[in-house]
Amino acid sequence: MEINAFIIFIAAIFTSNILLTNFLGMCSFLSVSREVESSLGLGLAVFFVMTFTTAINFVVYHFILVPLNIIYLQYIIFIIVIAAFVQLTEMIIERFSPVLYYTLGIFLPLITVNCAILGVSLFLVIRDYNFLQSVLYGAGSGIGWFIAILALAGIRQKVKYNYVPAGLQGAGLSLIITGIMALAFIGFSGIVVIQ
Amino acid sequence: MIVVIVNTVLIVSGISGLLALLLVIADMLFANYGECKININGKKELNLKGGSSLLTLLNESGIYLASACGGRGSCGFCKCKITQGGGPLLPTEKPFLNKTEINNQIRLSCQVKVKEDISIEIPEDIFNIRKFKARVTDIKDLTYDIKELTLQLIKPDSIDFKPGQYIQLEAPPYEKSKQPVSRAYSISNAPFEKDFIQLIIRLVPDGLCTTYVFEYLQVNDIVNVTGPFGDFYIRDTQADMLFIAGGSGKAPIKSMLEYLVKNKSRRKMVYMFGAQTKKDLYYTALLEKYEKELLDFTYVPVLSKPTQECEWEGKCGYIPPYFPEYIKDPKNTEAYLCGSPGMIAAVIKGLKENGVPEDKIYYDSFA
Repeated sequence: MEINAFIIFIAAIFTSNILLTNFLGMCSFLSVSREVESSLGLGLAVFFVMTFTTAINFVVYHFILVPLNIIYLQYIIFIIVIAAFVQLTEMIIERFSPVLYYTLGIFLPLITVNCAILGVSLFLVIRDYNFLQSVLYGAGSGIGWFIAILALAGIRQKVKYNYVPAGLQGAGLSLIITGIMALAFIGFSGIVVIQ
Repeated sequence: MIVVIVNTVLIVSGISGLLALLLVIADMLFANYGECKININGKKELNLKGGSSLLTLLNESGIYLASACGGRGSCGFCKCKITQGGGPLLPTEKPFLNKTEINNQIRLSCQVKVKEDISIEIPEDIFNIRKFKARVTDIKDLTYDIKELTLQLIKPDSIDFKPGQYIQLEAPPYEKSKQPVSRAYSISNAPFEKDFIQLIIRLVPDGLCTTYVFEYLQVNDIVNVTGPFGDFYIRDTQADMLFIAGGSGKAPIKSMLEYLVKNKSRRKMVYMFGAQTKKDLYYTALLEKYEKELLDFTYVPVLSKPTQECEWEGKCGYIPPYFPEYIKDPKNTEAYLCGSPGMIAAVIKGLKENGVPEDKIYYDSFA
């Protein structure tokens, strides 16, 4: 598929937002979106890990899995690669940047099991992206996820001071808000579609 | 088919192994913080391998900060002041600290990882806290439900404590408890007898540690004790002293009195002891001896349930009604209380009504 890599980048942020169109990475999205501050940290961590793991998984897929003819193992291998990368990043950040560690670090272990990260790696295989496309797709999806959680956290902080009927409190209202946000993002789909 | 399975297993384990190796190497390179200096109160310096929590490193060096949860960050006991190093305050610490503590650089030592040279401040008393191995040399019945336990310290072989402080006695796992349990008991002998400690233990029905002491512990057994702890000790002033105890609460006060006898104290002292019946009284001869040895000391046992024995010529009822008789100069009286929480609360109320300043009431409540 020969789409301009930059178009993929923009599309991944807005029209094909991994969270709001594919609804991936919901659990941490719902649980860490109570405050803007913590959602900022998680969003940054997701962006960072997503960008790098797509690049690594692209290499792993095309230079290990395909030549060895073990494409069926991609799920397991991708997950292992993501887990190892997260672990490594955590160690390096903890060592060299305490400030960054305390904004990002505590969220890193959460990301290992974030399905959006695995999803992006699997999409790049299905859609047969080249390396540049893959990396920009990963980065774009990361930014998209970041924007989505930041928006939800902002809204939830406002909601906190309002009356919410008992049956809607917590996850209920958050899911409705997410749904409306998803509708709003569909408004962008006139610009470009990549899937 | 078998080939495919074997291949799959080999490849997956190969890749995981490779990544694990990478992580191990990274762990050696990045998680190695080398030697870190821990400066304590600007006096003592420890050189330790960094990377672990401050609480663990201090424990390994024989400095025991209080901790009840084992460093999981759930009890909030292991607070200490960190003046330099230690990194920013973590979200895991915030729930345990109030504003004043945060401004005073107080941190939870189990959450602070030592990654650089660090300076901390801890109360001097903590240096004194040790774990002792001790041999039981005597178990004596004081009353039908109170025993006096004598422990000869083996390693370390001497203890420094203030009269009134307590230690924690550890009961090893036995029939009724699968885990070791520790309970606090006041030291009843005087602080100049450094090579042994005596405890006064009253049987608590179904109490894990007291049952062990009453039914299982034998002379010559080896036990573990940790201490000394506590800020219940004699204030060095010239004020009148009023000691009030109930049950096994005689322990810290006996230690204080022995200390005062030894130092030939000239302070005015009254010791009021609350018990139910005559059967609950003990150390009477000893206290009468102190009455002779000390310049101005009165022992007043008060029985709350003397039954027909109220032919007993002593005081009957509860302690507080007798305060006016014994507190001559309330503004200049220090009160030292040891007993059950209920008794302490009632006595504090009575003391305040009789004009004893609240900041001169010191107590040790067995919870």
